[in-house]
Amino acid sequence: MVVALDKSALRATKAFPLMGEVGGGERLHPLGGSRKFTPPQPLPIKGRGLEDIWEVLESVPDPEIPAVSVVDLGIVRTVSPKRVVITPTYTGCPATQVIERDIRDALDAAGYRDVAIETTLSPPWTTDWISESGKAKLKAYGIAPPLPAGQRAVECPQCGSIHTEEISRFGSTPCKAQWRCIDCLEPFDLFKCH
Amino acid sequence: MATLVQDDVMVETLLRLGDDSLILGQRLGEWCGHAPSVEVDLSLANMGLDLIGQATHFLGRAGEVEGKGRDGDAIAFRRDVLDFRNCWLVEQPNGDFAQTMARQFLFSTWQEMLFGHLEGSSDDFIASVAAKAVKEVRYHAELSAEWVIRLGDGTEESRRRMVDGLDWHWRFVPELFEMDDAATAAAERGIGANVAAFREDYDRRIRSVLAEATLEAPKDQRPILGGRRGHHSEHLGHLIAVMQHLPRTYPDATW
Repeated sequence: MVVALDKSALRATKAFPLMGEVGGGERLHPLGGSRKFTPPQPLPIKGRGLEDIWEVLESVPDPEIPAVSVVDLGIVRTVSPKRVVITPTYTGCPATQVIERDIRDALDAAGYRDVAIETTLSPPWTTDWISESGKAKLKAYGIAPPLPAGQRAVECPQCGSIHTEEISRFGSTPCKAQWRCIDCLEPFDLFKCH
Repeated sequence: MATLVQDDVMVETLLRLGDDSLILGQRLGEWCGHAPSVEVDLSLANMGLDLIGQATHFLGRAGEVEGKGRDGDAIAFRRDVLDFRNCWLVEQPNGDFAQTMARQFLFSTWQEMLFGHLEGSSDDFIASVAAKAVKEVRYHAELSAEWVIRLGDGTEESRRRMVDGLDWHWRFVPELFEMDDAATAAAERGIGANVAAFREDYDRRIRSVLAEATLEAPKDQRPILGGRRGHHSEHLGHLIAVMQHLPRTYPDATW
């Protein structure tokens, strides 16, 4: 089979020097012989600015609450051209490994294969790190965002009433509790302060 | 990162911490689908998840420090009962819901204080796991204290069950505060906590919750010790058989 190659992709793959071309873009296998191989995906023609990496990370949704990104949740701690440092939300959160894999996939797809991912436990993650836009997205998604320090009234994300009560201290994930609105009668999740 | 050298006191400390969390996490998992209500089911499963998260950190680290090529899974799933270093309290059977909550209350109150002390451990790894986990354990301690109060100060039946539950577990409390040679060595090096030092605070906290539950503390019984050195009740072997059955039958199974 002839592998069709996008010529613009060839220009972009400086990191992967061509092994030799045969006919219509068919290439020899780098290990020799006559086997054909599919060339690596082209790297995007893009600056290596930190903003680009942040942009990639902002496109990675939390696997359990896909309305917010890993950046919104404060899971991404620091970003440098060489590494992305992330922190787990809860010690036993099963999403932690999925998040790392999703970030790896997103970085790879955007051409940042040599950006390493590191995990740190310290300082421990807190809901204070959820961004304002993250809190707004949670609310729009139907999850009451964590309360600011000192506030005790939980607002129903459906109707805005503060006439609400706790059903259970734990919800469908470690980070949420179950609540109910006494006015509109809708049950909802509250993102717990942590 | 500094090169890890084999260090018996450190490995022992990590195993004790990790095994407490692993075994209680497994016990709580037994409730899955059996709890009195779906909300309680979620609470028990989530607390179990937090504990297994702690175990993953502590046992994984134990494997690295030990340097014998074992990872956290190998330590959790390929050891036999005499090699476990957990306390007797966590391996006790669930009994009814009151007995489970009595155990959780006695353990989580202690673990919250322990992790509070370990936040100041001279070992950065232990300190960072403790600082992270203490926030979760505080929630476990609050939740179980609420149930002790609700059941103790509840109906005649719920009260009887809570009294029986506390009575069952009471003899395993002194072990939590035992300072044997390994615990003393760990405390002297600053990596472990001097648990004996916070016994009085613990007793005060327990008694204040029991007072609110209109309960009296059970009579002191002959303490049972030895879990930290591999002496366990018959219950642990059965728990381990269930927990290890799958990974031992299919050692290379992956998700």
